[in-house]
Amino acid sequence: MDTVPADGLLAASWLLIALPLAGAAVLLLGGRRTDRWGHLLGTGTVVAAFVLGLLCTFALDGRQVDVDLFTFAATGSLDVQAGLLYDPLSAVFVLLITGVGALIHVYSIGYMAHDPRRRRFFAYLNLFIAAMLLLVLADNFVALYVGWEGVGLASYLLIAFWHERPSAATAAKKAFIMNRVGDVGLALAIFVMFAQLGTVTFEGVFGSVGVLAGGTVTAIGLLLLLGACGKSGQFPLQAWLPDAMEGPTPVSALIHAATMVTAGVYLIARSAPIYDQTPTARAVVLAVGAVTLMIGAIAGCAQDDIKKVLAYSTVSQIGYMFLAVGLGPAGYVAALAHLLTHGFFKAGLFLGAGSVMHAMNDSVDMRRYGGLASKMKVTFVTFGLGYLALIGFPFLSGFYSKDAIIEAAFDRGDGWGYVLGAVAILAAGLTAFYMTRLMLLTFGGRPRWEDGVHPHESPSVMTVPMIVLAVGSVLAGFLLVVAFPLEEWLAPVFGEPEGAEHVVAPLVVSVLVTLVMVLGAGTAWLFVGRREVPLTAPVRVSPVVRAARRALYADTVNESLFMRPGQWLTRALVFVDNRGVDGAVNGLAATLGGSSSRLGRAQTGFVRSYALSMLGGAVVVAGALLAVTAG
Amino acid sequence: MLSAADAITAPSLSLGALAPLLVVFGAACIGVLVEAFGPRERRHAVQVAVALVGTVGGLVTTLLLVGERQVTAGGALAVDGASVFLMATIAGLGALSVLLFAERSLDPARSAFVAAAAVPAGSPRDRELLTAHRVQTEVYPLATFAIGGMMLFVAANDLLIMFVALEVLSLPLYLISGLARRRRLLSQEAAVKYFLLGSFASAFFLYGLALVYGATGSVRLADIRTASAAGGTDVLLVLGLGLLFVGLMFKASVAPFHAWTPDVYQGAPTPVTAFMAACTKVAAFGAILRLLYVAFGTSEWTWRPLVYGIAIVSMVVGAVLGLTQTDIKRMLAYSSIAHAGFLLTGVIGYGGGADGQGTGLGGTMFYLLAYGLTTLGAFAVVTLLRDGDGEATHLSKWAGLARRSPLTAAVMGLFLLALAGIPLTSGFTGKFAVFRPAIDDGAWPLVVVALLASAVAAFFYLRVLVLMYFSEPAADGPTVGVPGLPTTIVLAVTVTATVVLGVVPGAVLDLAEQAARFVG
Repeated sequence: MDTVPADGLLAASWLLIALPLAGAAVLLLGGRRTDRWGHLLGTGTVVAAFVLGLLCTFALDGRQVDVDLFTFAATGSLDVQAGLLYDPLSAVFVLLITGVGALIHVYSIGYMAHDPRRRRFFAYLNLFIAAMLLLVLADNFVALYVGWEGVGLASYLLIAFWHERPSAATAAKKAFIMNRVGDVGLALAIFVMFAQLGTVTFEGVFGSVGVLAGGTVTAIGLLLLLGACGKSGQFPLQAWLPDAMEGPTPVSALIHAATMVTAGVYLIARSAPIYDQTPTARAVVLAVGAVTLMIGAIAGCAQDDIKKVLAYSTVSQIGYMFLAVGLGPAGYVAALAHLLTHGFFKAGLFLGAGSVMHAMNDSVDMRRYGGLASKMKVTFVTFGLGYLALIGFPFLSGFYSKDAIIEAAFDRGDGWGYVLGAVAILAAGLTAFYMTRLMLLTFGGRPRWEDGVHPHESPSVMTVPMIVLAVGSVLAGFLLVVAFPLEEWLAPVFGEPEGAEHVVAPLVVSVLVTLVMVLGAGTAWLFVGRREVPLTAPVRVSPVVRAARRALYADTVNESLFMRPGQWLTRALVFVDNRGVDGAVNGLAATLGGSSSRLGRAQTGFVRSYALSMLGGAVVVAGALLAVTAG
Repeated sequence: MLSAADAITAPSLSLGALAPLLVVFGAACIGVLVEAFGPRERRHAVQVAVALVGTVGGLVTTLLLVGERQVTAGGALAVDGASVFLMATIAGLGALSVLLFAERSLDPARSAFVAAAAVPAGSPRDRELLTAHRVQTEVYPLATFAIGGMMLFVAANDLLIMFVALEVLSLPLYLISGLARRRRLLSQEAAVKYFLLGSFASAFFLYGLALVYGATGSVRLADIRTASAAGGTDVLLVLGLGLLFVGLMFKASVAPFHAWTPDVYQGAPTPVTAFMAACTKVAAFGAILRLLYVAFGTSEWTWRPLVYGIAIVSMVVGAVLGLTQTDIKRMLAYSSIAHAGFLLTGVIGYGGGADGQGTGLGGTMFYLLAYGLTTLGAFAVVTLLRDGDGEATHLSKWAGLARRSPLTAAVMGLFLLALAGIPLTSGFTGKFAVFRPAIDDGAWPLVVVALLASAVAAFFYLRVLVLMYFSEPAADGPTVGVPGLPTTIVLAVTVTATVVLGVVPGAVLDLAEQAARFVG
């Protein structure tokens, strides 16, 4: 990695982080005084960061720029310099985060207009943007970890934003704890790097990772993967992400769809030099991606909550990205391209879902939607474009980015390549099924609204971001894959693109995927579109559907494997603490207190007894001295 | 006749070296004259001014002696790093105590001191005077004399001078302990107890002095050192050391010679208690260090086990007995006993350096400074809480203080944390400074005991914190007085010092380490 010192505008790239951070500080510390204009400030800082990010990216010119800031920690042999690395990879993320972030801030002005804590919401959003930018701009693993924990905190605060709802509080706790499991992995990975290499900078670690024993590199790779799985909701830590939808919808769009959950993909892509050394860890990444891809797609087919469907879809789409980064150099660019297009269409879909919920009195049950296409035209059109992009409708963005991943999977050339490719194609069909089902339940059919619901289109402050994202959903794939190939832009990071030998011709893959997609959508039409939709979910269903509704029993597994034993352990420890430790401590305290009262009786208040005690003391002193000298 | 006169050569006197003592004692004498001739209505202000000028002047003239290293006044007085540091500490703490004495806005009768000490307590005249604004202003010259005596005590290079200083510092203390305006009988009882037991202790000291003189033929510390090096196992010398030690331990309120401490601390007017807790401790430990290191440094293996044992007794007695106290002044008295034990831990760290270099001396002196400032501040806070009967010293009165007066509770909390030795306060740095030399010298079991005792003692400090912050305020709770300028200054100085010596103690620690030199 050849970096150059920052110059000109890039030297000020720390402002990218500082702006939203300052926004968060002002909003949090300013209190109610900032209520009236707080949302504008919060939006302003992110828009400013976006503009700055755009200018920085233009100034980058394919270089990898190192921005020295200050010494973060210098203790003994650990010397962590706080510095930023602005390279094409981080630039892509900066634009995604600030761009989508700015749109979602604007949307939130409308969405949260009637919430008494709107200012705090914007403060947390700003905090998130700052932490996320630190995560992707850090030039060492420790600073990355700071950002990593920062986004975790912001995510926790935002999921629990309506903490008066027990489900939101529980979901936030679940997200926080499951993320913690992953974070331990990341922390351990950093410890291993420091212990083995004595450095935690990207440059130092990637430069010397080759000297490590294979087992150590694999350990680092697997630990990083654990961290990535936690943050990105990948198997086996995927169960928190759907629950995280308890947060306000803009949060789901920004954090739990477009940006934060892709941090795991970023981490693995950034650590490419480590994974290049360890085929084992890379194979595990592949496996995790493939498994999650299927879990998410299957679970998404049976949900009735519009946001849960989108959440499982996110799990599944990030599975695609993991699958792609697991493929090695061939897949990195495909993964990032899909990450970017997904950022557009999934954010757009969530904003659309928020708009629908806004119209339906915050109901999320799709069985009580229906027939909204005519009532909410803008939402319908923008949502529809996002839908088409997601299922990979030809020439929309998902089509380009997803096909690239499937092609890369086949390009492995071995038997596993075919298996992975087949899995990816199958999941594409499932994606088409559940998304079509969602569209039909929401916008098609007859209204099944609850009493008192009068759907209406959302205000323009909400629809404009949706329109922008819809345009992005349509064009992003073409722009990133064909017009201005991401491959070339990222070449300084991942190396020059090689003219890959295709095992299966791209055209064949595209046709295959499109066919499967049409099949999935058609099945959805057969199952949902033709029939009357029951207002409550049918009880008598096949075991497959039951399993899909319960997300393949992920919560059940977690609860019986970890939660219950954990509770037993806690109870046992509490018992030991109460009976054993407390008993000892209380006994000691009672002994001391008792001896205190007994000794205190010597304090009679009479001078004569005091004088006697002094005399006794003097005798002891003299005796002791004589004994010591004589002895 | 003539030849005899010739034989007595006048001792060489270095006026510069004597200046601090001259200033302080001079101020005390002027105070006596003011008492005799000054007009009553202006006497208080004048006395406060004289006492402050004396103590601050003593501090300044002491500081002018920094770097000085000499024995003057015919070998009776040692001016060295240790005595300068300790004299300055005493003068500084003394000045702060005088400020506490001078507080006139807390008590409705405008002073913590009695109007006329000679009027029998409880008599009709006494009740009449209870609300009078008159004050027994002799307090100020008396305290100044005591401060002078303490400064002389730590500089005395001669057992006789040491004894004279002991009496000069003790007699005024006995008197001013009995001058409380409220609860006069308790105060007078305390004064009498202190006087009787103090005289008893002085007798021990004097007898020890006589035995040492008998054994070595000299009262000079340096000569005793030479003699004890020659015949260190002499029974007379060892017994003499023991008795001298007993006398000094009494002043330092080290268990088992501590019995007076709680009663006197409780009975004496609180500003006097503060003065005693801060300054007397410094003076007594200054003398202990000088006696043990300079006179008996060569026979350290004689006194070492003794100090070791007494340190443990004092720490344990102070910590354990403190647990069941219900009066804050008594609690602080037991805290003072425990702290005397911690200080002895520093005394143990004697590495054998004759001039005190590289020993526990520096750490002990730092501890004295830190503890003096903190305890002075703590007692100053005690003067603020008042009910109809004067100061509200019962612990139950402190319940919920944080809600009545958050600032007072916070300040007291800081002092309590410092006394408990919590990091980032001077108490932690001080403990660290005395424990380290002890460990270096192989006395780690003592340090383990000290840490356990600290843990036990932490309970009663924290109990007050819990009371202040987590209890409901009592309905008939005390009022928190608004301190006047003098107490405010004292609180500001002590709070600042407690924090600064805890957070950035480096400079003062270095200073104490550099000052840790005895001249032989």
